[in-house]
Amino acid sequence: MTVRVSIDVDQCQGHGRCFSLAPELFAFDDLGNGVVRGDGTVDETHLDAARLAVANCPEHAVSLEEST
Amino acid sequence: MSDKVPVRDFATDWDHTDPRWVADPYPIWDDLRRRCPVAHTERYGGGWFPTTHDAVSRVAKDTEHFTSRTVVIGNGRPLEDAPPAPIGVAPPISSDPPFHQIARRLILPAFAPGPVNALEPMIRALCRRLLDALAGRGEIDAGSEFAQFIPPAVIIRMLGFPERDEDLFREFVHVVLEGIDQPVEQRIEQFAPIEEYFAVQIEDHRAHPRDDLTTYLLTVEVGGQRLAPEHVFGTMILILVAGIDTTWSAIGASLWHLATNPGDLARLASEPELMATAVEEFLRFYAPVSMARLVKEDVDYLGCPMKRDDWILLGFPAANRDPAVFPDADRFVIDRRENRHLAFGLGIHRCAGSNLARLELRVALEEFIARYPRFELADPAGVTWAPGQVRGPRHLPLRLASREG
Repeated sequence: MTVRVSIDVDQCQGHGRCFSLAPELFAFDDLGNGVVRGDGTVDETHLDAARLAVANCPEHAVSLEEST
Repeated sequence: MSDKVPVRDFATDWDHTDPRWVADPYPIWDDLRRRCPVAHTERYGGGWFPTTHDAVSRVAKDTEHFTSRTVVIGNGRPLEDAPPAPIGVAPPISSDPPFHQIARRLILPAFAPGPVNALEPMIRALCRRLLDALAGRGEIDAGSEFAQFIPPAVIIRMLGFPERDEDLFREFVHVVLEGIDQPVEQRIEQFAPIEEYFAVQIEDHRAHPRDDLTTYLLTVEVGGQRLAPEHVFGTMILILVAGIDTTWSAIGASLWHLATNPGDLARLASEPELMATAVEEFLRFYAPVSMARLVKEDVDYLGCPMKRDDWILLGFPAANRDPAVFPDADRFVIDRRENRHLAFGLGIHRCAGSNLARLELRVALEEFIARYPRFELADPAGVTWAPGQVRGPRHLPLRLASREG
């Protein structure tokens, strides 16, 4: 099973919660908007941080998808 | 305030400057959320006050029905000769799409995490200097002697104005903030020295460009053209107004909470790793800022017959207490893990300075608690809360116990 995070760029307004809570998974661009690191794959150790990033985004811009 | 007719029912006659609202708005908002949930008033020429997280979110994100031409409620509407939408008087907060995005993209890089995080050592040194100056005192006013000093000192450095002008700068802030209720002619008169001062600084930056926000605003180009002088001045005024009493209110309200909740203070002092969730909970629980919108055209919205130019007061602090979104919404939970609060608004007008505000709040609290792990209110009756759309303690008399004491 693979878990991936993604950011809806049309929703992101740069609140900065994702890269504060899960800096291993998210970074920011020069405007301060969130960007996914790499292809967004989340390993076991960062699953909790990924869920926190989703649950704390005020714009509901961060999501987490599981695929097999 | 005293010459106003007292509010009889906030559901049909709300007034955010009413003394009861200023002193403790939360029970009023909880009551309105249960009863309305959108309150109405005939005051200020007519306005609406949504109190749920859902309704506040909808209006904040809807630029089709609502304009940001004016975001501070007053007795009049914007003058006919005021810079009209989409630019407005203080871009980008007063701008609507599509111009809004242009104005916003200009300033966002200056407030992105990279440049903001680089300010941390300066902010920490500043807080320590302020606390050093208060050393030996058993009682201080943490509002007017600590919190109030931090944001102006940070902003004056970002703009690259002389640090020796800090006192003058704070006076300007006072004029801008406290004069909101005054007649327009008087406002214009009061703004004259600010315009003059800014003009001198702008001239100095033109002659001696340097690495700061003022030089940036003077030299940045949009479509091959530099910004119009009124755009530069408007954005400077925005930074002056939006960057100062907001953060100072958040710092003060957080210290007020700790002074009145010794359990939370003891936990934060002994478990500094709680600071990250604590800062977000302070922002949720004591969100200082409510912004306003104007209705563009008559519309039925949220079940209300809204008229053109009616105000909407976006109660982000009220939305933050909505039990439909936050479990135990009326309880301060220092380690709350899921916190989708709206302290910095929502949508395209998300507070551009939110990274800076969070940094200032965290560093101010860290330094204050490191110096004074125990403190309490010295005089509960001496605490005064600012009225209007930015709420925070202006005076906060504290009794201090130092680390040694």
